[in-house]
Amino acid sequence: MIPELGNFFLILAFINAILLGTLPFYGAHTNHKGLIQFAHRASTSIFLLMLVSFVCLTIAFIQNDFSVAYVANHSNTQLPIYYRISAVWGSHEGSLLLWVLILTGWIFAVSSFSKSLPAEMTARVLGVMGLIAVGFISFTLFTSNPFERTLPFIPIDGADLNPLLQDFGLIVHPPMLYMGYVGFSVVFAFAIAGLLQGELDHQWAKWSRPWTTVAWIFMTLGIALGSWWAYYELGWGGWWFWDPVENASFLPWLAGTALIHSLAATEKRGAFKSWTVLLAILTFSLSLLGTFLVRSGVLTSVHAFANDPVRGKFILVFLAIVVGASLILYAIQSSKVRSKSNYTLVSREIAILFNNALLAVSTFVVLVGTLHPLMVEAFTDGKSSVGPPYFNLMFSVFFIPILLLMPLGQQINWKKDDLPMLLKKYIWWFVSCVVLALLLTFGLNGFTFESLEPMALLGTILGLWVIAGTIKYIQLQSAKGKTRWAGMRKISRSYWGMVLAHIGVAVTTLGVVLTSYYSIEKDIRIEMGETVEVEEVSVYFKDFQNIQGPNYISSKAIFEVSSSGDFIAELKPEKRRYNASQMVMTEAAIDPGLFRDVYIAMGEPLNNGAWAIRVYYKPFVRWIWLGAIFMALGGILAMTDKRYREKKFKKKVSEEAVSNGQ
Amino acid sequence: MKAHRRNKLIAIISGLALLSGAVALILYALTENINHFYAPTEVKEGNAPLNKTIRVGGLVVPGSIERSGERLYVEFKITDNQSQMIISYDNILPDMFKEGQGVIAEGQLVDQNKLVATKVLAKHDETYMPPEVEASLQKYGHPMQPRDGDESKQPSDKY
Repeated sequence: MIPELGNFFLILAFINAILLGTLPFYGAHTNHKGLIQFAHRASTSIFLLMLVSFVCLTIAFIQNDFSVAYVANHSNTQLPIYYRISAVWGSHEGSLLLWVLILTGWIFAVSSFSKSLPAEMTARVLGVMGLIAVGFISFTLFTSNPFERTLPFIPIDGADLNPLLQDFGLIVHPPMLYMGYVGFSVVFAFAIAGLLQGELDHQWAKWSRPWTTVAWIFMTLGIALGSWWAYYELGWGGWWFWDPVENASFLPWLAGTALIHSLAATEKRGAFKSWTVLLAILTFSLSLLGTFLVRSGVLTSVHAFANDPVRGKFILVFLAIVVGASLILYAIQSSKVRSKSNYTLVSREIAILFNNALLAVSTFVVLVGTLHPLMVEAFTDGKSSVGPPYFNLMFSVFFIPILLLMPLGQQINWKKDDLPMLLKKYIWWFVSCVVLALLLTFGLNGFTFESLEPMALLGTILGLWVIAGTIKYIQLQSAKGKTRWAGMRKISRSYWGMVLAHIGVAVTTLGVVLTSYYSIEKDIRIEMGETVEVEEVSVYFKDFQNIQGPNYISSKAIFEVSSSGDFIAELKPEKRRYNASQMVMTEAAIDPGLFRDVYIAMGEPLNNGAWAIRVYYKPFVRWIWLGAIFMALGGILAMTDKRYREKKFKKKVSEEAVSNGQ
Repeated sequence: MKAHRRNKLIAIISGLALLSGAVALILYALTENINHFYAPTEVKEGNAPLNKTIRVGGLVVPGSIERSGERLYVEFKITDNQSQMIISYDNILPDMFKEGQGVIAEGQLVDQNKLVATKVLAKHDETYMPPEVEASLQKYGHPMQPRDGDESKQPSDKY
């Protein structure tokens, strides 16, 4: 009964989406108050309908209703309750339902927080989002319905959730990432609505900016969570593989990062308007492309879902319609958009132009590498893949100038600045970064310059340079106040956000570079009671137990790790065998630290009770994700800047005043 | 020329320069880093280059997994149901690695029959078959029947 209810509400949501995707446009066109108002009501109702539908599926999971095919395939009576709930989005159908729920959540949010927007604009934005919902709900209903029954043969027990997904990281990673993916639909809808209206003033950028930033925050956290999960769960200590599906999330992130910056130029200076709109369209298109890559299974990836060509085709057609229609609209309408270009060659506008060009090229590079196997297959019938060295090389080529220019870009004035003066302020800071980086890599390299990797040095210089440049920026800005403290307080919250996010980029860069070049990994054979030296640390095999988990049995080893006699940590890696699927899982044990991780994963049992284990020593690996947290915090500061709040507040007051007056 | 015209021109020219530089670099880096995929039959016929990073894939031959007992080193055979070849790997195998499972190995051929792998990919999802392996099975051997007859138990996910 409950699954049918869920299906019923999904169908209602579909009808609701069709209404939301059509009537408000007509309302905005004819200035029909009722229809414009309808957009808000339909936004609320579609969210509630999807919420009920989603709750129905969740109940089916909690109650172990194995008459539902999706539940039977991805759950099990032994599965703990929290994994039964997260199993709802553990595979294709359910994660799509979550996707749609989040989309309607965004629709609801836009409808609730858009009081300061002109009514027709809001109606159009909600209409565009309604159309996107039509596409995704019909995808769910017609190709991937999670409520399908297994009648008449109901299995006694479920096939279990993939053990890799029975993990905290996987409870939070997909919702975060989807919030990001889908969140970019808001700025897309703003862009389309703006094009339809034919006017894109700085107000347009001002409305779009916080929404873009929120989506970007979720995307940043989602990607970081995925990377962190891969690091501790897959058992081989890697945190990024340039896998097609990772790239699928990275592409919209890169484009979204470019968009955040170009929106700044559009809002503050009215520059690059048509480029910003195009970028908004492209960012969301890349989100859809990502969906296509993940859902269709056209590329070999560690994330592959069981694939079905129909699903791939559906998304591809949807992608073609969305991209095609919006680009045609763009082609027709963008000539009406007039940008201001009263800036000189040395100005923040040009700095942002550089930022955008480099990020766009980086996006392009990753896109080509990701899609290349598909192109080869289409033209030659041969199968191929593009190796990580391609991405590592190409990405660094364009990211190095981004980091190099970042501190200057922060400080440079809008419209016009003096480049020699600017460089003069920074030259000594740069020199000290070089010296510091030399010292740091010298230390990490074992107190010798022999076989020092030039890229490790360069990466460290750039990471430090961005941090130093940001500190210098605060110093220069705060010097404008009467006292240092007064000057600091004058820096607006969104600029603090920028500062924090840029430091985040530097922290991530340092983490990536140092852990890539200075990690130690070693396979060792170890018997119980034995101590084996791995570089500076020694590993003592203390104990071994077989334990019974809720839905698995586990072989657990206990190792004591110490360094020159000092105890560091007790690590307990496991090999688990899950009862339902009989799958074996490696649970790595990690001693985390701000400056280094010690990581042990169990390999295979060898003769005489000995085990092959793998020991990693990973300096600065936490910084990769720490940087992402900084970026996200920076985003939160930027989007809560008072100019976004104040405006709304005033508007609300005046609206109330008007309505009271009537 | 007016200032904004000149700016536009400079922007366009530098954009084009950046893009063409990027394209040239991409083409260069791609030719260096494309890993072509070969089925075991193609390897046996000598179509795959030695000492160059390639990908091979097939089903893990049941009973062919040999471990060294002393280290992580492991050898196993893969098949496209026509020819077999040996893969050696000195690393922890992915958790989803199983006999009869479709896997992809990336590495270099040391002779016509053996690949020293640097990476072995087996999937998160056990019902999943890498598209390359699927295609080579279609071409050289008969696609394997679903394992353990668990098809009846799992109606969804397969169409």
